[in-house]
Amino acid sequence: MPSFELNGHTYETDEDGYLINLSDWSEDVAKHLAVTESVEMTESHWEVVNFLREYYEEYKIAPMIRILTKAIGKKLGKEKGNTKYLYDLYPGGPAKQACKIAGLPKPTGCV
Amino acid sequence: MADYSVPEIQEDIKTPALAVGTMAHLKPYPAIEKHMVPLAFPKQRVDNWQEKGIEKLGDMLKKYRSLQVYLDICVKCGACADKCHYYLGTGDANNMPVARAELMRSVYRRYFTPAGKLFPGVVRAVDFDEEALHKWMTYFHQCSQCRRCSVFCPYGIDTAEITMAAREIMDAIGVGHKYSTEIICKVHDMGNNLGIPKPALKGTLEFLEGDILENTGHEVRLPLDEEGAEVLLVAPSADFFSEPHIQSLMGYAKVFHQAGIRYTISSIAAEAANFGMFIGSFAQKQKIAKRIAEQARELKVKRIVVGECGHAWRVAYSFWNTLNGPFDFLDPRYPVPQHICEFTYDLLQRGALTMDKEANDEYVVTMHDSCNVARASRMGDKPGGQFEIPRALIRASCNQFVEMDPETTHEKTFCCGGGGGLLTDELMDLRIAGAMPRVTALKQVMKKDKVNFMALICAICKAQFSKVLPMYHIPMETVGGVHQLVSNAIQLGAKKGIV
Ligand code: SF4
Ligand code: SF4
Ligand code: SF4
Repeated sequence: MPSFELNGHTYETDEDGYLINLSDWSEDVAKHLAVTESVEMTESHWEVVNFLREYYEEYKIAPMIRILTKAIGKKLGKEKGNTKYLYDLYPGGPAKQACKIAGLPKPTGCV
Repeated sequence: MADYSVPEIQEDIKTPALAVGTMAHLKPYPAIEKHMVPLAFPKQRVDNWQEKGIEKLGDMLKKYRSLQVYLDICVKCGACADKCHYYLGTGDANNMPVARAELMRSVYRRYFTPAGKLFPGVVRAVDFDEEALHKWMTYFHQCSQCRRCSVFCPYGIDTAEITMAAREIMDAIGVGHKYSTEIICKVHDMGNNLGIPKPALKGTLEFLEGDILENTGHEVRLPLDEEGAEVLLVAPSADFFSEPHIQSLMGYAKVFHQAGIRYTISSIAAEAANFGMFIGSFAQKQKIAKRIAEQARELKVKRIVVGECGHAWRVAYSFWNTLNGPFDFLDPRYPVPQHICEFTYDLLQRGALTMDKEANDEYVVTMHDSCNVARASRMGDKPGGQFEIPRALIRASCNQFVEMDPETTHEKTFCCGGGGGLLTDELMDLRIAGAMPRVTALKQVMKKDKVNFMALICAICKAQFSKVLPMYHIPMETVGGVHQLVSNAIQLGAKKGIV
């Protein structure tokens, strides 16, 4: 099983680098995952990650993109509540790349 | 993000110079025990896999006469060679349909023909060994089962069937494909490919109702698990998750609303897709499809309508009856199953819907025919309905519609590059290259006719194009569903209902 080391811990991941154990997540882990994705974490990036984690906590699945954009629009201002803004933050896609940094499993299906 | 190599788009689709092994490195992730065991496959490669694999091939030859015929009758005329999008995009000789099928034919000759048993070298028969299995795993996962090659074969040989058989044999010896097996497990556990639990689905549908109300001022419903509804709507689960899929879902909802027909989505059957077909497994196909028939009974609906999903429509149209029939408990006045495009078209014909085409005036629209709809199913009661009905909906929804090169549409359509269980990121290089023919044809009409919207009716195509078009410098919003256009154009309120 693939893994990475951080601060003396070993973290198991799937082949694409998504955490296997959700409870392994921490801000440091998120920062590390962001580096592997070449994403520089700003406050806006954290807003997305935090929302994803909260939603997942409640529903056990990542939110539909539209729910995410609306939530971000509410938090950061209406002009930012759109898919384009999310792709600016996470060029690899809000569903896949942001989920990875948030420590969520990779959404798989016809997506 | 990883760096991918993206083919340069030429003015026309050019047949590449033959190359050897350019794609030999690209295999899908192997399935893991957790996803193999629930599907009744061995948890890992079995010790006597060669023997088991050959035995399985033998069984299948007896069971499926067509497979034996396809393996026997190819005359190597080469008519199919340059018809596969994966060959055109990668140049890898093994992606020529005839060469892909040869990977199984050479093994078949070795064990099942007298000449192959005695003089394997003379008839180019090969052992089912490590090297052969490696090639199977690689190149039978570089075929999207789109059946384009079969259209050009003078004998009608369907290489997609050979791919399905190869995958079934590999599963039987414990060599599976992670993406497909994981998703099939989710559909059994959660009722849908994405693994959306019921509370999340409920929340999502309520959110969308709120969204439509906010944007249109109309209370359009997206009901879940409502017994006694007239129609069970079975959509691909991507319609509850991704852009642009959601827009089509809202389109379906608006059509039901305007027609005044009560419908429901089922949390247990909130998925039209059936990956059992991709792995070639009859048992899985049947088990996945069964939820839908059961839910239709349970919810006491009269009709089943299938959303925009290519392979799901093939399974529904061609196999549902054999898999879980008869559907005699449904209203015989309507087709079983009915495609959402047929459903909307029928309402349009009866004057139940009012469309404002100007709502889509920002678009010049073209249509990508999705393979499984185009070559493996039909719609309506006339031949070619699967082409004409979606186009009629587009024409009713917008003022500007143009066709792409006819060599790339209707029954000759090119796959998006992500079908057949290949919509997984580790195969991205293949997906990008495989999209080349479609992108070339799209770019032609973008240049000539200023096309800026490609409508289609397949969830996989939508996901694949949204991901891949930007790599060819085409905005992802260029792709969307036919019902997205319907959604924009349909007039809410002036309620006519059914006349
Ligand atoms: S079925 Fe489609 S992908 Fe497979 S070999 Fe034929 S043309 Fe290629
Ligand atoms: S077109 Fe048919 S007969 Fe000719 S090489 Fe291809 S599969 Fe064989
Ligand atoms: S994904 Fe769409 S285009 Fe590709 S094979 Fe399936 S139906 Fe065809």
